[in-house]
Amino acid sequence: MAETRYGMAINRALADAMQADSSVVLFGEDVAAPGGPFAVTRGLLAKFGPERVRDTPISEATIAGAAVGAAMGGLKPVVEIMFMDFMTLAMDALVNQAAKAHFMFGGQCSVPMVVRTPHGGGLNAGPQHSQCLEAWFAHVPGLKVVVPSNPADAYALLRAAIADPDPVVFVENKTLYSAKGELAEVPQPVAIGDARIAQNGSDVTIVTYGASVAAALKSAASFAADGISVEVIDLRSIQPWDERAVLESVAKTRRLIVAHEAVTAFGVGAEIAARISELAFGELAAPVLRVGADFMPIPFARKLERACLPGEADITAAVRRSLDWKPNTRITP
Amino acid sequence: MHLNQQQLLPLYEAMVLIRRAEERLSRLFGDGEVPGFLHLSIGQEAVPVGICAALQAMDTVASTHRGHGHALAKGVNLDGFFAEILGREEGLCRGRGGSIHVADLRVGMLGANGIVGGGLPIALGSALAHQVRRTGGVSVAFFGDGAMAEGVLHECLNLASLWKLPLIFACENNGWSEFSPLDRQFAAQLGALGNAFGIPAVQVDGSDVEAVCSEATRIVAVARRGDGPQILECKTFRWRGHYEGDPQKYRDAGDLADARSRDPLAVSGARLEAMGIPADRIRTLERAVEARIETAVASARLGREPDYAAAAADVYTQVAGGAHG
Repeated sequence: MAETRYGMAINRALADAMQADSSVVLFGEDVAAPGGPFAVTRGLLAKFGPERVRDTPISEATIAGAAVGAAMGGLKPVVEIMFMDFMTLAMDALVNQAAKAHFMFGGQCSVPMVVRTPHGGGLNAGPQHSQCLEAWFAHVPGLKVVVPSNPADAYALLRAAIADPDPVVFVENKTLYSAKGELAEVPQPVAIGDARIAQNGSDVTIVTYGASVAAALKSAASFAADGISVEVIDLRSIQPWDERAVLESVAKTRRLIVAHEAVTAFGVGAEIAARISELAFGELAAPVLRVGADFMPIPFARKLERACLPGEADITAAVRRSLDWKPNTRITP
Repeated sequence: MHLNQQQLLPLYEAMVLIRRAEERLSRLFGDGEVPGFLHLSIGQEAVPVGICAALQAMDTVASTHRGHGHALAKGVNLDGFFAEILGREEGLCRGRGGSIHVADLRVGMLGANGIVGGGLPIALGSALAHQVRRTGGVSVAFFGDGAMAEGVLHECLNLASLWKLPLIFACENNGWSEFSPLDRQFAAQLGALGNAFGIPAVQVDGSDVEAVCSEATRIVAVARRGDGPQILECKTFRWRGHYEGDPQKYRDAGDLADARSRDPLAVSGARLEAMGIPADRIRTLERAVEARIETAVASARLGREPDYAAAAADVYTQVAGGAHG
């Protein structure tokens, strides 16, 4: 075991995948000579050469579309979209082309491509550089979406994404790039779709992913002092998500909170809440509660951004509401 | 440059195949046997035939919503083609794509495309794969004049030039962007636009399969030897509406008559006649094509309804021993 940072774990996963498979190529804005806007791809150009590691012009639609054609042509492209907000410019290639080619062409081909992109606020980057848009992609049949919360998962899930035959949106949280964690010399693989029990508990379950995992763990620790046992599930994959792990946990705790940094409305939490309510309504002792960002563009100023984004306190309040919930009461919005 | 008899006859036959197949599809559509939308390329046959004649089996093409000609010229299976457009399990895409998504990866046909301009970056990515994997292949992006106003064309011209990709930008300029004429859609000239990115561009008479094939052969060789992307703008004519059933009220009679006056089959037919090919030999060739089409239609009609469970299982690639949520 050695300590590394989230960004470095991604760098190592890219290097190891490129070493293992000569069909893996990398391209995107500033990923080659500059080493990536967050230094995640630093050193890969020198290691693998300009044929396989390429800077593109600022042309997101073509970066994503070229990845589709390259994947259909026998390469395994890993492309980067500099901020998740810029995925708007790549939507046709992802939604209409990558997601559908395998199905639409009757299974003739697969599209083994990965789009790496950072989401998330906390850097006062403002409304067009801070969004968490993963629910959009999870909504599209044919795409997979993963959001690792720590270096070991970032490494393993990126290797899994590159090995996967289908298009994967690999979401990195900007505030996690410098986060430290252990990464084994020979890292354990993680399958896309498998959640991780980040902390065992028996009274209430928090399902979360990405940077919100740390906030959920802090919240869980604060309840331990009161003798309340909180289970934290790090979903790791959003599409497919680990329904069985959540159901097993809810069978034990009967209370569920879904927490993420993305806007609450129409989000991943809404889908999980609906699904668990459909499948396990009778087992629940309280309604499934959601924690997420307020319904507004992520604001720039520190005070505004802090107020908009969810944090430990919001998760803690939701856990309290769940524990205190009584039948025949209505929660005041 | 003129082709000899041995070269021109197969091209003529390929154009007849596209013409007759689309005429047959039009009738099937009118009879309610083809679900959905149908966009015909009647009048434009010389472009896909002339270009695909310059290609090898390993070369790849990405197509458009008006893509029957590209598919047939690249050599997709005819039975599978009709079965797909009639929505059958035996179709090239198992009835999941239809006319607008016909693909046959076995012959390098990367798919018709429902998005105007959608095939351009896919063809570019395919060219990148040819370059990185050193296949020696080239990729062709077929697109219409309607795609010239799409931003992605401008991105692709730029990136293809920067990376010197083996990519042919094959524009079928039929003068109509769906329901609007080109002069209200595009303020530039494609050739000048290409030149701005350092990409050589040539214009050809897209009704003359010999002219298309000659230029395509020349520029495909240039792209194949690593000298970068090329533009071939083929001036052609759309005889039918944007889609079958389109009343074309936006189009005057003179424009339609002009279109029909440049018939690729008539142009090449006259050449064959001048070469001394007997008319009955041409007629025999045409009858054989028609018979192949009738066989394909009959086979498609006998096809099965697509399997829903198989479709549901194909949203993601099925991996042996693996399971997806």
